[in-house]
Amino acid sequence: MISADIQTVMPEIVLAVYAMLALLAAVYTTKDKMAPLLTWTTSGLFVLLAFWVGSGEGTVTAFEGMFNNDGFARFAKVVILISAAAVLLMSQGYMQKRDLLRFEYPILIALAVVGMMVMVSAGDLMALYMGLELQSLALYVVASLRRDSLKSTEAGLKYFVLGALSSGLLLYGASLTYGFAGTTLFSGIIAATQDGVSLGLLFGVVFLLSGFAFKVSAAPFHMWTPDVYEGSPTPVTAFFATAPKVAAMALFARVVHDAFGGIVSDWQQIVAFLAVISMFLGAIAAIGQRDIKRLMAYSSIAHMGFALMGLAAGTVLGVQAMLIYMAIYVTMNIGTFAFILGMERDGRPVTDIQSLKMYSKKQPLMALVVLIMMFSLAGVPPMLGFFGKFYVLRAAYDAGLGWLAVAGVVASVIGAFYYLRIVFYVYFGDENEGLDGKMPPVLWTAAVVTAAIVLLAWVPGINLFGIETMAEAAAQSLVN
Amino acid sequence: MGNLLSLTTFIPLLGAAILAIFLRGNDAAAQKNAKWVAMATTVATFLVSLFILFGFDKSNTGFQFVEERAWLLGMNYKMGVDGISILFVMLTTFLMPLVIASCWSVENRVKEYMIAFLLLETLMLGVFMALDLVLFYLFFEAGLIPMFLIIGIWGGANRIYASFKFFLYTFLGSVLMLVAMVAMFSDAGTTDIPTLMTHTFASENFSILGVQIIGGMQTLMWIAFFASFAVKMPMWPVHTWLPDAHVQAPTAGSVVLAAILLKMGGYGFLRFSLPMFPIGSEVLGPMVLWLSAIAIIYTSLVALVQDDMKKLIAYSSVAHMGYVTMGIFAVNQQGIDGAIFQMISHGFISGALFLCVGVIYDRMHTREIDAYGGLVNRMPAYALIFLFFTMANVGLPGTSGFIGEFLVLMGIFQVNTWVAMFATTGVILSAAYALWLYRRVVMGELIKESLKSITDMTTRERFIFAPLVVMTLLLGVYPALVLDIIGPSVAALVDNYEMATAGMQSAVTH
Repeated sequence: MISADIQTVMPEIVLAVYAMLALLAAVYTTKDKMAPLLTWTTSGLFVLLAFWVGSGEGTVTAFEGMFNNDGFARFAKVVILISAAAVLLMSQGYMQKRDLLRFEYPILIALAVVGMMVMVSAGDLMALYMGLELQSLALYVVASLRRDSLKSTEAGLKYFVLGALSSGLLLYGASLTYGFAGTTLFSGIIAATQDGVSLGLLFGVVFLLSGFAFKVSAAPFHMWTPDVYEGSPTPVTAFFATAPKVAAMALFARVVHDAFGGIVSDWQQIVAFLAVISMFLGAIAAIGQRDIKRLMAYSSIAHMGFALMGLAAGTVLGVQAMLIYMAIYVTMNIGTFAFILGMERDGRPVTDIQSLKMYSKKQPLMALVVLIMMFSLAGVPPMLGFFGKFYVLRAAYDAGLGWLAVAGVVASVIGAFYYLRIVFYVYFGDENEGLDGKMPPVLWTAAVVTAAIVLLAWVPGINLFGIETMAEAAAQSLVN
Repeated sequence: MGNLLSLTTFIPLLGAAILAIFLRGNDAAAQKNAKWVAMATTVATFLVSLFILFGFDKSNTGFQFVEERAWLLGMNYKMGVDGISILFVMLTTFLMPLVIASCWSVENRVKEYMIAFLLLETLMLGVFMALDLVLFYLFFEAGLIPMFLIIGIWGGANRIYASFKFFLYTFLGSVLMLVAMVAMFSDAGTTDIPTLMTHTFASENFSILGVQIIGGMQTLMWIAFFASFAVKMPMWPVHTWLPDAHVQAPTAGSVVLAAILLKMGGYGFLRFSLPMFPIGSEVLGPMVLWLSAIAIIYTSLVALVQDDMKKLIAYSSVAHMGYVTMGIFAVNQQGIDGAIFQMISHGFISGALFLCVGVIYDRMHTREIDAYGGLVNRMPAYALIFLFFTMANVGLPGTSGFIGEFLVLMGIFQVNTWVAMFATTGVILSAAYALWLYRRVVMGELIKESLKSITDMTTRERFIFAPLVVMTLLLGVYPALVLDIIGPSVAALVDNYEMATAGMQSAVTH
């Protein structure tokens, strides 16, 4: 029995043990000099684990339902692991150049990933909270990785305080749920809500959802996002924008379907509300931004709104659309951040979007990458971003949320403005002293490869690499 | 050849890829090469597209040269042409070499300029051939990207405002169409256009927030599609992006915009609004007729007072597109025949007029009407060409402009005499602004010092105009060339429409 349970959580155990061993090794030997090696081994391990996890089949529960290994968890884990590996590799050069590459960085990322893997597999409120906190604590630390920078420490502290608040909300919701359902197991909660939901439990749901909304940075719980994105070192921002978002969104889907799948109509309106205000806030607030990291923060808020639109549908199609959307979102962000990591003048990182003026004259290929990414983020076909939106709109419409679909596309037009403005700077702004230097090869490759994917993945014959059927299987294992 | 349509569509893309990958450097030789590669590509596309025209079976009202491949979400990558779309395909492939030839004197970022136009050609052809909703949307929207760049990079002084306005205006219209497409997908379970044309969408009345929606879902979807196509067309009152875009766009960009991109709106009405939402069209069609009549009169009056040549022609385009929407929503054989004819003929005439402006803009770098006068003294050949296309724009019998307008007015007269009467005044107004423009620019004494040394058209410019003159005359004296091809498909469209709406009439009376 126990051995079978252990077998199920083996990937998480391997990663956790690796993190601890790596910590010991680094502390007792060369410390920061080991950091580049650790970065590579951690990324390598992520990729190996992605293959290992991805090759699993069927649905297995362990520890009496506290931990699920189903298609949904596997899909989310593979996206998390691959994106974490990509971001880690991309960040190495940047960190080294700025003397930020400490040995703790890859180890903390590994621990955060363990937390995410537990989150998306959680079958119980306790397991959920453990995973979430492991992830969050690791992230608070990496946010303030640049210890001598005011902004970075501010970002870390702000993230920590607000994160603690949201964890509090979440715990409060969890205790209410426990109190009124009599169990912390998702399977027990869903049984308890079979004949209607009591007011206390409903409060519990609201608090839980608020906590999740904070983690996915959906409005009105988004306040921390721009400051943390801006203050953290750019590689950390890139990480924040990818893997943790997928994990939090998957956790969100896990709880609303596994625990509250019987009362869809009760949470649907909350999620729809979060979706609609996130989309509009992300679109409108980004217009005034001059810093590309802050801009990407608001952009991610708007994108989370779209993903939540899929979730609000409360159907298999909705979860499938959400998963596809997140996978596409992560791809676009890896490409965009690969470019942002390479933005520098006189060897110093720049994040002001004015510095992009007439970039197309200096680096035509990179400018084209920016163009593709921006149009994709705006959701203009034939880029991948459009297909993400299409799936989500279809799911929302099918679930009778036509008004949400209309609101979403209107918000995407408003959002298109600021993406277009970047294209405008890159291609037809005035000339000024902008960026210089060449992209490091790792970033160059990451940017060009993701741009090619974003531009061409829809072509008949490639068909989004079959992600559609994988996401469908994942969604079916979650929603029943 | 099983995939002739895809071949035609993607030859320009191939040309663009060759330019992007193999062409290096930015010296005069490289620029020359870029232009020649683009020219060869567009000519090759035209030659290949001739196979479509000659292989086309005029009596068959269905889709021909159909190709199909499995795609995402149970959708198919499906292409095909019928009598309505084939001439738009031909118009595009015919005009593109002329467009490329017209930008021979461009020197700023030539390679990118050529790539943008080749990409645009692929996307435009895709719009007219796509037989899948989402594929159509993909081509339709993607076309905004190269046009945004063309206006933004190579445009005039106020290009940034114009490019943003162009993009956001059209994008807003189209996303509503996207939601309607999602709704259609959800309702019919397919995005296959031929299947959807035979699918009957729900048309039971219902009310939203207390507002009674006559025609139900069909009306809502019709409105969503209308939002997109009316902006693209453009119809009054959502035409305001067009004058800005035209004035700021480089000459070649204006030509493509006026001659081809605007036609996507009209094509959309014929492909989607009429066959798929007949009830919606019946409910809101009268509104379109009146909007068109207003457009014709209002924009013609606005054109009268313009002092920028391109703006004047842009407003004239809006007026002419008013005839198109009017003909389409008259929904009878003459009306729709006339609308399609008008679109084809406007493609030649407005393209030629923008080229005419381009010729003198290249020499004087101004579009102000007041800066010219008496050009006939120094540029007799130019005066002749400009006169010819001015007359064609007015609708002089013997030119293609006359046939289109006459057929539309004939069609609309049977449906709504009042609208026909108002629309006919547009013919007089168009004569007024077009001839007055001609008088101010070409006639009179050549007194302006700056014009004393202006030179007449070069051989290259004459060669560009020659095919346009031939086509305008040919279609003017022998319209059967077009009408024989579109006739059967239009007849089938009108029949289906009448069948679908006959049910509605009886449902109302019961």
